[in-house]
Amino acid sequence: MVTWSEVVLTALGLGALFAALMTVVLSLTWLERKLLARIQRRAGPSVVGPHGLLQPVADAIKLLTKEDVRPADAPRFLFWFAPVMVVLPSYMLWVIIPFGDGLLVRAMELGLIYLIALSVLEVVGLLLAGWGSASKYSLLGGFRAAAQLVSYEIPIIIVIIAVAVFVQSLDLRDVVGGHATTIAGRTMSYAGQGGVPLALVMPLGLVVLFIAGLAELGRTPFDIHHAESEVVGGPFVEYSGAHWAVFYLAEYMNTFFIATLTVLLFFGGWSWPSPASVLGDSAPPLAVNALGAAWLMAKVYAVAGVIFWFRGTYPRLRIDQLMAFGWQVLIPLSFANLILVATVLYYGWPTWTLPLISVPLLAVVARVAFRRYADPRKMKTVRMFTRSTRADGETVLAPQAGES
Amino acid sequence: MTARVPGAAGSPQTLDMMVNMGPQHPATHGVFRMELAIDGERVVGLIPHIGYLHRGSEKLCEHEIYSQIITLFDRLDYVSNFNNELGLVLAVEKLMEIQVPERASYVRMILCELNRIASHLLFVGTFALDAGAMTPSLYTFRDREMIQALFEATSGARMMHNFFRVGGIKEDVADDFVVRVDRLLGELERGIDEVDGMLSFGEVLLARTKGVGVISGPDAIDWGMSGPCLRASNVPYDVRIDEPYCLYDRVEFGVPVGTQGDSWDRYYTRVVEMRESVKIVRQCLAQLQPGPIMAQLRRIARPPKGEVYAHAENPRGDFGVYIVSDGGERPYRLKVRPPSYCNLMPLRDLVVGSYIADAVVILGSLDIVLGEVDR
Amino acid sequence: MTGNGDRHAPPARDQAEAVASSRLTARGQALSKLLPGALSKFRPTVGAEIDEVTCLVGREWVVDVAVLLKSDTALAFDYFRLLTVVDYVETAREFEVVYHLYSLERRHKMALKTRVPESDPWVTSVSGVWRGANWYEREMHDLFGVVFRGHPDLDRLILPDDFEGFPGRKAYPLYEYGEY
Repeated sequence: MVTWSEVVLTALGLGALFAALMTVVLSLTWLERKLLARIQRRAGPSVVGPHGLLQPVADAIKLLTKEDVRPADAPRFLFWFAPVMVVLPSYMLWVIIPFGDGLLVRAMELGLIYLIALSVLEVVGLLLAGWGSASKYSLLGGFRAAAQLVSYEIPIIIVIIAVAVFVQSLDLRDVVGGHATTIAGRTMSYAGQGGVPLALVMPLGLVVLFIAGLAELGRTPFDIHHAESEVVGGPFVEYSGAHWAVFYLAEYMNTFFIATLTVLLFFGGWSWPSPASVLGDSAPPLAVNALGAAWLMAKVYAVAGVIFWFRGTYPRLRIDQLMAFGWQVLIPLSFANLILVATVLYYGWPTWTLPLISVPLLAVVARVAFRRYADPRKMKTVRMFTRSTRADGETVLAPQAGES
Repeated sequence: MTARVPGAAGSPQTLDMMVNMGPQHPATHGVFRMELAIDGERVVGLIPHIGYLHRGSEKLCEHEIYSQIITLFDRLDYVSNFNNELGLVLAVEKLMEIQVPERASYVRMILCELNRIASHLLFVGTFALDAGAMTPSLYTFRDREMIQALFEATSGARMMHNFFRVGGIKEDVADDFVVRVDRLLGELERGIDEVDGMLSFGEVLLARTKGVGVISGPDAIDWGMSGPCLRASNVPYDVRIDEPYCLYDRVEFGVPVGTQGDSWDRYYTRVVEMRESVKIVRQCLAQLQPGPIMAQLRRIARPPKGEVYAHAENPRGDFGVYIVSDGGERPYRLKVRPPSYCNLMPLRDLVVGSYIADAVVILGSLDIVLGEVDR
Repeated sequence: MTGNGDRHAPPARDQAEAVASSRLTARGQALSKLLPGALSKFRPTVGAEIDEVTCLVGREWVVDVAVLLKSDTALAFDYFRLLTVVDYVETAREFEVVYHLYSLERRHKMALKTRVPESDPWVTSVSGVWRGANWYEREMHDLFGVVFRGHPDLDRLILPDDFEGFPGRKAYPLYEYGEY
């Protein structure tokens, strides 16, 4: 039976969450532009407000007051609904994310399943956008996006399952909260309570989750579906004004979400280093929670920074290469991770055997990929020729001494 | 151009989709339109449309005296202006049997090679942009600005210099030219190494460009390709070695030749060429002596009756000029052989059969400038 | 324009003398001796312009000459450099079509020429011999109206598809041009 007070509290929580999300997401847009600009030796936003901090506000005002154009051929309801379909699941994901011990809108025992289920819904939104824009480019982009997102859901799901198996719980609070679990008579404590973040235990899972998360977001090097030099915006190309603002928001909310997920699952979230251990056991719970939340946000921003760093560095993969990478590399790796975790737990091996096996495995995979795809000795197919005199006195171009 | 692809009995009939790339498009280098017929992600047909930038340069040249034509030539391949000017003055000097003073030749070589570096820097930046990397273009454009600052100090303009004349150069370079160029070369080497390290052997760029848009040597020759595009297909042909002009036979430099004929080879030969150009400029600076910068000529050049074909190695390839002179101060007929024009001809053969994303990369790797394609 | 366009006054000097007094390199000299024999069937007029060996043939022989030039191992002209149409309509009522060729292997070059009357300007296309001639022929047709018979696709290339007239010709009314 749901009481009024629960409803009011939940509504307040949702409102607070919304406000906080908007602020963080806007600040993320600023961070991305500033970081990218610095990487590219530019200034970035620097006019609106100190260091351009009010730039997102200016962007928001511009987007909301811009004319909302709809192509004449575009079906009205689909065109209007597509952004909603994309942003609604993005927002609903946040309901169960804990920002501190007990700092979450709604607790769910099946939290991880909930996350997985909702993140898949966005694919529908993208397809709607692609189809509902009545444009060949956006159609192409929508198809690419759908294929990409659906394919890269799988490694994420498998990694989440591996984490759940390790923690023996699907509840996000347990994953982060560092409540020690007991398996086969042995206590596994890994985060909080003096444990280590899962990144050190399951590095393979971290790598797979991060890369697959990048692809989920549609971020470089996996941003082919809105690649500017080809389909110019992909499924979003016909949107402008407020509709576009919603897509933009959804993209950054998702970025924030992937970063938060990474931190919560692998970097110990708000519980590592444990705020209680820093402030002392007698610190007021408010201070403990605040510190925990601050840790969390700092780590999330760091991860988001890395995501933006990737954007400024890498070219983008072609769609078939992207799919090949997802299906032929990431999915087997995620399964390997899951099998490793299960094996370690089943045989009751100590926790440190997990990184002991996964790190060399990662190293081997990386090395093989490098040798096959990027080794300069193999890849450098350009020889140097110089002017030389042939036997008959002719001046010709011949390979330089030392080259074949 | 949509074609009904007859399906096998029972399978659905499919229609190719016609996608227009250009003339306004972030990727195409200039106003250029590609009509692509695509089947899913694969390109099955391509019709290129050029002519958006046609300004009737060749016809205009028949009404202008040779020193006026130099400004027109600046604007042909608007990225490598000095090289275009050089093509024209070489032709007229050949026609008139003029001996250009050595200092002028060395200065011409220095400026042309620096322009080659600038042009290749632009290529690297935009090629990376085509492949999806945003950052290198900003780095290369910054280095380009340094070169263009030098050009501005020398000729008065960052791009459309109007500096070479029939018989020499317009005016002598400043006293600090050698020092300035030397310093610039050091910065350029750093910039080239930085961009090379950032891009060339990165896995993603390799994946995007290796094996993409392969053209074999004999095919490239048959299509009349030239420059780095031809050399990437294992054909060692460089006009500076084959028919040396200016004083290229006095400098030592290497010419990179690719073996695979794919987009990566076309990209990497240009990166290596930049380094070789730095070498050439260094040697020219060392050999530069004081002296006259202009041959003794009448003010308005009047070549004798005759025809001449002269060519130079532009950053894009073999830039040729064919002049038919009737003895007057204006050419009777002037025709330009633009390297990008010939490099662009096999585009259909290169692109058909690959993906849309590859079409962009292939077009980028050809490094065309529509100014000289359309004239 | 102060020069007169009489490029076509028949050469007052002997062709051999013209060749000798031109600025041909050793290779060019060798080529100019080789060509008359190799192309004897087509009755070429071999001359020299500065450092280019020129060879004038009748327009009906152009493709055959082209095939021979490309396939003959001593000539081996595999590289198509440039195709030009020069307008001599005022003086000789004809166009001159000039093909600049180069051999990467033998490292010699030449200019193959042919003349077409203004009243019936056609030449057979060499785009089957050198693919690199494709757009050149299209462009010259575009600008001058010379028809290249056998060309796969002689549409407008450089000018807009609905353009009328041949602006490359000297007779094109540049100053009486109306609003487009």
